[in-house]
Amino acid sequence: MLQPTSEADLAALIAGRTAPLQIQGGGTRDVGTPQKGEVLSSAAISGIVDYEPGALTLVVKAGTPLSEVSATLAKEGQRLAFEPADWRALLGTSGEPTVGGMVAANISGPRRVAVGACRDFLLGVRFVDGRGRILKNGGRVMKNVTGYDLVKLMAGSWGSLGVLTEASFKVLAKPATEVTLVKSGLSAADGVTALTAALGTPFDVTGAAWINGEARVRIEGLPGSVAYRRDALAKTLGAGWEAVADDTSAALWQEVRDVTPFTTREGAVWRVSVKPTDGPKLLAALGEEKNALLDWGGGLVWLCLPETAEASTRLRMAIAPLGGHATLIRGSEALRAEVPVFQPEPAPVAAITAAIRREFDPNAIFNPGIMG
Amino acid sequence: MQMPEPNANVLARKAEIVARLREVLPKSAVIDDPAETRAYECDALSAYRCAPLCAVLPANTAEVAAALKVCHAMGVPVVPRGAGTSLAGGSMPTADAVILGVARMNDVLEVDYANRFIRVQSGRTNLSVTGAVETDGFFYAPDPSSQLACAIAGNVAMNSGGAHCLKYGVTTNNLLGVTMVTMDGSILEIGGAHLDAGGLDLLGVICGSEGQLGVVTEATLRILPKPEGARPVLMGFDANEVAGACVSAIIKAGVLPVAIEFMDRPCIRATEAFAKAGYPDCEALLIVEVEGSEAEIAEQLGLILEIARTFNPVELREAADEDQAKRIWLGRKSAFGAMGQINDYMCLDGTIPVSQLPYVLRRISEMSKDFGLDVGNVFHAGDGNMHPLILYNANKPGDLELCERFGAEILKLCVEVGGCLTGEHGVGIEKRDLMTVQFAPDDLDIQMRIKDVFDPKWLLNAAKVFPLAASEPRRAA
Repeated sequence: MLQPTSEADLAALIAGRTAPLQIQGGGTRDVGTPQKGEVLSSAAISGIVDYEPGALTLVVKAGTPLSEVSATLAKEGQRLAFEPADWRALLGTSGEPTVGGMVAANISGPRRVAVGACRDFLLGVRFVDGRGRILKNGGRVMKNVTGYDLVKLMAGSWGSLGVLTEASFKVLAKPATEVTLVKSGLSAADGVTALTAALGTPFDVTGAAWINGEARVRIEGLPGSVAYRRDALAKTLGAGWEAVADDTSAALWQEVRDVTPFTTREGAVWRVSVKPTDGPKLLAALGEEKNALLDWGGGLVWLCLPETAEASTRLRMAIAPLGGHATLIRGSEALRAEVPVFQPEPAPVAAITAAIRREFDPNAIFNPGIMG
Repeated sequence: MQMPEPNANVLARKAEIVARLREVLPKSAVIDDPAETRAYECDALSAYRCAPLCAVLPANTAEVAAALKVCHAMGVPVVPRGAGTSLAGGSMPTADAVILGVARMNDVLEVDYANRFIRVQSGRTNLSVTGAVETDGFFYAPDPSSQLACAIAGNVAMNSGGAHCLKYGVTTNNLLGVTMVTMDGSILEIGGAHLDAGGLDLLGVICGSEGQLGVVTEATLRILPKPEGARPVLMGFDANEVAGACVSAIIKAGVLPVAIEFMDRPCIRATEAFAKAGYPDCEALLIVEVEGSEAEIAEQLGLILEIARTFNPVELREAADEDQAKRIWLGRKSAFGAMGQINDYMCLDGTIPVSQLPYVLRRISEMSKDFGLDVGNVFHAGDGNMHPLILYNANKPGDLELCERFGAEILKLCVEVGGCLTGEHGVGIEKRDLMTVQFAPDDLDIQMRIKDVFDPKWLLNAAKVFPLAASEPRRAA
C-alpha cells in the first residue's frame, strides 16, 4: 500500500504514473467496481489545519479521522450539520472513516433534507489530479463564487477525479436540545403523508423518516423553541404521536443514519433518491414495503433486495418513470460485476461525465471504473 | 477594460447570421436594429459598454437550442443574458456576439408543495418565484438585493447569494435541477425534484459557471415554508473590532440568526443623511435578524442581547412592532442608494474570514486615505461577505481608473487574509484579470478544462471569468 505523508509526496508519486490506483481514505466504504490496482491511502495526510469556531469554519487534511473532527468540534459545542453516516456495520468493514472518504462519497445523513448535504457544507478542497498537479478550488469562507465550483464536483466523485488532500467546511453549533415525535403502525404511504405535512410547516423539521412502520419527525434548537414547535407539530400531525427527547431521540436518528435495520439482514442494499412523495409509490410498485426504510421525508429510499440482476433491473425500471437514481451500496462482487452500481446516465450526460474524467485523469489511474 | 478583438469574419457576415436566426426563430425574437440592440450593450456594470451583433429573445428551450445551433454552426460567439443586473459585467457583449436573452421565458411550469419545489423558466425574476408561492405560505430563499429585477438564469449563472444566506445558503444550495442547452444546441437535463446527483455533481459546477457552460432555460428550485415571523435588533458599537467580536460571539453561541448585517461609520452617516432611519452616530452598527414564532423570537433575541451587552454597545434597539422593524432595515436597504447620492460608486464583493474583519476594515480605511477616495462598508457580517463601496466621480478624468486600482488592492487584501475575490457577484469581466491573485495557473487550467468539455470552441461568454491571457490559446483555437 502506498501511503504518502504529505501532499507534495503524493503529487510526486502520481506524476507520470500510468498504472491504476485504488484510492482509499479509511477503507470503510467499499462501493462500486474499481479496477484492481495498488492501494493508495491518504490516511497519513492527516491533521486539523485551522479551526475558527467564531467563524464556523474548519480546515482539515483529508486523512484525518472523522472521529477526531467530531471530537474537536464537540469541544466547542459544534458539529458537521449534515450528519455523516457511518456505514461500517452496514458494509461489514472496519477501519476509521476519514474526511477524504466522506467527501469523496458525499456522505450525509437524515439532516440533509433540511440543511443540505456534505457538498453544501464543503467550502474548499485541495487535491492532486491525474497529472500530479496540486490544485485548489473554493476556499475557507462561506460565500465564494470566484471561478467554477469544482468543490461540489469533487464531492461524490468517489476518488475518480483526483486524490483529496484537504477540505474546508462550514460547521454549525450543536443545538441545546432535540425532540423526536414518533408514531408507529403506519404504512409507508401514511408515514410519508405525515412527514410531508411536518416538512410543510414552518417549524424547522430536521429529520423526517419512516422505519419499521414508525414515522419519526425531529426538531432541534433552544429549549423554549423546541417545546413550542413540539406542541405545534403535534397539533398539525394529529393524535397518536409520542415525544422523546435528547439521547433517546439521538439514538433513533443514529439508527436511520446508519441504516441499522439492514446491518443484520442478508441481501443487496440499494440507496435510492426520488422526490419524497414517490418513495411510497416506488415501494408499492416493487411490493417491497417490508424491505425498505425511508428518510428525507420519503425521498431517500433504502432497500434490501435479493442479490440478483433481476431485482436490480426491476428497481431501475420502477425508478425510470419517476425520475431519480439508485446506487448499489452493498452487493457481492459478482452482482456488482453484473449490474451497474451507479445509475446509468442519459447518453449526452454520460459523454460529459466521461470527458470531465479524461480532463482530470488522462491516464485513467484513479479508481478507474468505480462509478461504472 | 480590455476585451478581445471582435472577429472580423463574423462582423462581415452579420446580415447572413441575422437571416439564419430569423429562419429558426419567430420574427420578433431577433433584434438587429442598432437603436434596439443598444439596450443590450451593458449590464449593471455600466461603466463598460459595447453594442452586440444582434440580440435574440427565444421563448422556450427548443428556440434556445435552435438559436445556439445556428450560432455554433456559423462560429458566432454568444453572450447569455438574464435580466442584465450583473455588477460584474457577466452579460456584457462583444461586438461580434449574439446576445441570447431569456427575458421572454418567465413561466411557472410546476409547483409542488408536497415535495417543496417549483419549476420555472429561467427568465422569471427572483422575487416573482416567491410571488408564485407566497400566498400558500412558501418562499424561495436566496434574496440578492436586485431580486425585484434579477432573473433566475442569472442567479444560477452567478450562484447568487443575499442577506439571508447565513441560514438558507446561496443559489447552489437551493437549486435541485436545470434544463440546459449547450453551445452545440444539445439539451441536457441535470438533476430534478430529487436530492443529490446519481453520478458526478454536474449541477454543482453548472451553478456559478457564469453562463460559460450552457444556457439554463428551466430550473427546479427548492421552496420553503415561510417562517411565522421575523424581527431585527440594532446594535451600535464604538469600534469595528468590538462589533466584529460580537458577531463571532453570537455565531458561536448556537443561535443562528438569518442575517447579520454590518455598516461602518461612513456608511451610517451617508444613509442617515439620505434615509433618516434614526441610526445612532457610531463607529459600527449591526442588524441581527431572527425568525420564528413570537416566543421563539423572544428566546433568541434574549440570548443575542445578553451577548451583545457584554460588548458594551452604545445602542441596543429592539423592534417593538412591524413599523420599528421596518425602520431598522430602512437604512440598510437604502445604503447603496444613499452612497449613490453622494457620488458614483463601485461596489466590491470580496469575502474574508470573519476573524479578519477588524484588520481588513482598518486597512481599507488607511488605503482610502492613500488613494484619496472615500469608502463606506456595508456587508453580510455573518459570512464575511464584504461590500466596500468606493466613491468616485465618473466625470473626472482618471477617477474611474483610480477607483479600480483601489478596488483591486482591496480584493488582493481579501485574498491575502484567506478570503476570495467575490462572494456573490461573480467574476465577469470586472475581476477577470485578478484571478491570478487567488489562483495558480494550474488551478485556472483545470477550470478551463471544464469549459473545454462543455464548449470546445469557446464561443459561449468566452471573454469572462478567466484572464484574457490565460484563455487566449483556447479562444484562438
